[in-house]
Amino acid sequence: MTTKMFGAKVPRVEDQRFLRGQGRYVDDLLTDDPRLLHSAVLRSPHAHARIVDIDVSDVLDVEGVVAVWTYDDLAGAMAEPLPLLIPHPALTHGRTQYALAKDEVNYVGEAIAFVVAVDRYVAEDAVSRIRVAYEQLTPVVGIAAARAATSAVHDDVPDNVGARMEQENGDARAAIARAPHTLTLELDVERSACTPMEGRGTVARWDPDTSRLTVWSSTQTSTGVRGCVAAKLGLDLAKVDVVTPDVGGGFGVKINHPWPEELLVPLAAMTLGKPVKFTEDRREHFISSAHERAQQHHVEVGFDDDGRVLGLNVEFWHDHGAYTPYGLIVPIITSTQLLGPYKPQNYRVAFESLYTNTVIVTPYRGAGRPQGCFVMERTMDAIAAYLGKDRTEVRSTNFIQPDEFPYEHGLVFQDGRELTYDSGDYPASLAKLKALVGWDEFEDFRAEMAAQGRRVGIGLACYVEGTGVGPYEGAHVHVETSGKVKVATGLTTQGQGHQTAFAQIVADTLGVRFEDVEITTGDTRKMPYAVGTFASRAAVMSGSAIHLAALRAKEKALRIAAEALEASEDDLEIADGVVSVRGTDASIDLGTIAVLSNPLRYAFDEASKAATQFSVGDPGKPPVAEDDEPGLEGKDFYSPPRSTFANGMHAVIVETDPDTAEIRILKYAVVHDCGHLINPMIVEGQIHGGVAQGVGGALYERMAYDESGQLLNASFMDFLMPYATEVPTSIDIDHLETPSPLNPLGIKGAGEAGVIPSAAVFAAAIEDAEGFPITSMPISPSELFELRLAHTDEPHPTTTPTTAG
Amino acid sequence: MTTEQLHDVRLHVNGSVHEVQVPARRLLSDALRHDCGLTGTHVGCEHGVCGACTVLVDGAPMRSCLMLAVSAVDAEITTVEGLTEDDGSLSPVQQAFSDCHGLQCGFCTPGFLTTITAGLRETPDPTEDEAREMIAGNLCRCTGYQNIVKSVLRAAEIEHERSDA
Repeated sequence: MTTKMFGAKVPRVEDQRFLRGQGRYVDDLLTDDPRLLHSAVLRSPHAHARIVDIDVSDVLDVEGVVAVWTYDDLAGAMAEPLPLLIPHPALTHGRTQYALAKDEVNYVGEAIAFVVAVDRYVAEDAVSRIRVAYEQLTPVVGIAAARAATSAVHDDVPDNVGARMEQENGDARAAIARAPHTLTLELDVERSACTPMEGRGTVARWDPDTSRLTVWSSTQTSTGVRGCVAAKLGLDLAKVDVVTPDVGGGFGVKINHPWPEELLVPLAAMTLGKPVKFTEDRREHFISSAHERAQQHHVEVGFDDDGRVLGLNVEFWHDHGAYTPYGLIVPIITSTQLLGPYKPQNYRVAFESLYTNTVIVTPYRGAGRPQGCFVMERTMDAIAAYLGKDRTEVRSTNFIQPDEFPYEHGLVFQDGRELTYDSGDYPASLAKLKALVGWDEFEDFRAEMAAQGRRVGIGLACYVEGTGVGPYEGAHVHVETSGKVKVATGLTTQGQGHQTAFAQIVADTLGVRFEDVEITTGDTRKMPYAVGTFASRAAVMSGSAIHLAALRAKEKALRIAAEALEASEDDLEIADGVVSVRGTDASIDLGTIAVLSNPLRYAFDEASKAATQFSVGDPGKPPVAEDDEPGLEGKDFYSPPRSTFANGMHAVIVETDPDTAEIRILKYAVVHDCGHLINPMIVEGQIHGGVAQGVGGALYERMAYDESGQLLNASFMDFLMPYATEVPTSIDIDHLETPSPLNPLGIKGAGEAGVIPSAAVFAAAIEDAEGFPITSMPISPSELFELRLAHTDEPHPTTTPTTAG
Repeated sequence: MTTEQLHDVRLHVNGSVHEVQVPARRLLSDALRHDCGLTGTHVGCEHGVCGACTVLVDGAPMRSCLMLAVSAVDAEITTVEGLTEDDGSLSPVQQAFSDCHGLQCGFCTPGFLTTITAGLRETPDPTEDEAREMIAGNLCRCTGYQNIVKSVLRAAEIEHERSDA
C-alpha cells in the first residue's frame, strides 16, 4: 500500500537543482546565446516633471549600442497607456502609465527611454548620454499632501482622489451614538515593499522561422503577461508563449503586469530579430517596481460594558502612488478583512484612494490585510484598556462562534463576491495561543523581569485571511507509457515548493509513486488557461484542480484496466502505479494502461506493440470510441463559489531597553488554521518567512521619501531588511485544521498569513511594555524614545474616550 | 566613442580554467555568470549587502559583486557549482539545507552555501548563536532564517557523520 503523501513532511524535489546551482532564473537564460542583447532603462530623476525634450543623438555613437526607444518610437497599442488590470466602478479616476513616459513623469523611476546594447554595461553607458529637458512640477508626497491637494499629481484629477468607496452593514454611526462607551483612534502605517531577492526580469526571443515569440519573465502570472504582450504587440495569442522559469521570490510585486520592460523587451526582440534581456538591478527595484502599506485610519467604535462592539466606523486614506494599474484591490481588502474574526453588530467603512508622486502601489504579501488587522486589533486593545479587561477576554466576546459558519458579513469582498466566512474555530485558536505563549503566566514573568530592572510586554493579534480567490485554475495530468506522470498547471511558482506539494496530491489521488510525478507550472505552452499566484491561492486553486484532473485520469485508467483484466471497476485499486484486482494476483501497471489507451498503427518500442492494430481492439468498433479520446490523461478546472477563509493568531513577548529603547523579541508564538496541510514542513516555512517579513515591517522597513519625492533609502544598505540577527530565535507554531467545505481537499491558503498580524502584535506588545498607546507603525528605537519623552506627562493623548458609560 | 580595452583573464573556478576577455570594470559576479556560464552565483543587490553572490576566493567567502574579474586572476574560486562531492552527491552543507528546508525560492541559497562551507571550516562545531552569527551577513526574504540556522547545525553533524564513516 502506498504511504499517504498528503500531510507528510516530504522533502522538496526542487531543492536538488537549487542546491547545485542549477536553478534557472530569468537572468540565467540564453547566457550561451552569442546573439543575446541586453537592455537598460533611463528613469526619471524627478518625482513630477513635464518632459520638454529628449535628445538621444549621442547614444548611437556608443560602440555596442544597437537601438534606443522613446515614447515617440512607439506605435499602435504600445503607444496607449498600460492596462488598468482590475477596473472597479468606484475607481472613477483610474490612471496608468505609458510603457515609456509621454510628456510627463509622475515618480522618480518612471521609464523614459529604453536602450538595447551588446551588454548591460554598455547599455547603461548609453543611458547616461541621453539628455532630457524637464520642466519641474510640484511633487505630491505622502497622504497628508495628497489630501491637502494644493497640487495635483494628474491635472485632470485636481483633488488627487482616484476612488471613493463606502460599504456599510447596519447603521454604524447610529449604533455608536447609542453605545454606552465610545473611543476614537487615529492610526498610521507607512510604506514598505516586497523586495524579493531577485528583482524583475524578462527575456524574449522572436523565432522568424515559426513566427513565434517566446517570453520568459519573472512573473506571478504567465497567462496575464501573455495576454498583455499579444494585445500590445498586435500578435495572435497563439503566436506568443510565456514561460515563467525559476523565480527568486515574488511576495506580490510580480503579480502586477505588464511592466514596461515586459513589453519593451519582446518589442525589441521582434524589431531586432535577436533575443533581448532585461534584468532589474536593486535600485531599480526600489524605484520602479511597486510598494504597499501606506494608509491612515480614523476609527470610531461604540461598545458595551463587556467590550462587545456595537458599532464600528472606519474612514481611511490609502496612498496608491502615481498610477492605479492594480485597481482598488489593496484598499478593498483592508476595508473588508479589517473585520478579522469579529462580528461588530454594525460596520461602516469608507476610504479614499489617493494619488501621490511616488512608486505605484500593488499588493505586497498580506495585501492590505496587515493594515486592517492593525486597525482592528489596536481597537480591541483600546477597548480592553478602557474597560480594564484582559485583552483576550474582549476578543472572545467579539468572536464569531464555531456554530455561526458560514458567517455572512453583509459586505462585498475583493473578488466581487459576498464576504462570507466558510469555517473556523476562533475560541479554540485563542486557547491554543494562550497556552503556547504563556498568556496567563505573563504577569509573573513581568514581575520577575521588573525585579531585574527589565521592561517586558506581551501582545496578541488575530486575523482572518480570504484565500483561494477565483476565478479558477486548471490542471492537465498525463500518464506516459513509461508510467511517469506529467502534470501541468498554469499558475507560477516563486519558492512555495509546488513541484513537491502538487506531486504529493497526485501521488495520493492517482495512486502513483511520488517520484514518478513531475509538475510544470507557469508555462502557457503546457496550460494556457490560468490566473496566477497571489492571494494565497496556489494550493487551494491549483491543488484542487490537480486533484480533480488526477481523478479523471484515474477514472479512465480504471475503465481501461477493468476491460483488460476482465474485472469490475469496483474491484480495482491503484497503488504505486499498479492497478490490481482486490484479492487476486491479476494486475496491470499504469504504463501499460497508457499504451492501451492510445490505439497505434506504428509501434515505437516493445511495450507499444501491444497497442497496434493487429494486437488490440474489437474490429467491429472504432478504435477510439465516440465519447472517448486517445491517451491516458485527465484535465479539469476548479472554480470556487467564493474565497475560503484561513485564520490565525500571533503573540509576542518583547523587551524594551529602558535607556536605548531598543526592542528585543523574547518569544514569538503562532497558531495557524489553514485547513488540511498538504506539507506541514512547507507551511511552517511559509509562516517563518511571513513572520520575518512582519518583523521587518513592524520594526525596521520603511520607504523614506523626502518632500521632493526622492526615495532616500533605495538600497539594501539603507532599507533595513532583517538579517538572521533581527528575527526571533525561535517561532513556536501550533496548527488547528478546520477544513474548508469549499474545495475537495479541505484546504485553505497559507502563503501570506505570517505577515498579516505583525504590525498589530508588535504595537500591542510595545504598548504593554511602555504603558502608552502605539498608533503608528513601523516603530524604531528612536521613535519609541521620542514617544517616551512625549508621554512623560500625558499618558493617553491619541486614544480619546468621547463619552463615558 | 573609443573601443573599450579588453583584458585576457585566466580564472580558476571549481578546478577548471576559464580563459575570458573582459573589460577592466567587469565584476567578478558578471564574469562568472556570463563569461564562464556559471549562473549558480546570483546577484541580489550589486552593492555587497545581500551576500547572494558570495563565492570562495582561496577558501574565503567574498562578495563577487564587489570584486573585479581582473583582480581574481591568481585566485582559486569556488562557486556553488563546485560544492558538490566528487561523486556528484550533495556536500554536507547542501544536504543539510535539503534536510532542514533551509531554502524556498533558492535565489539567496548559493551565497549561504558558500558562506557556511567556509564558516564550518573555521568553526566546525558551532553553537546555535555561532550558527546564527555565521549567516548574519546574508539576506534571505523567504525563510525567516529559522531553518537556515538549523541547516548550519545539521551540516556540522553531517560533516562529523561522514568523517566518522
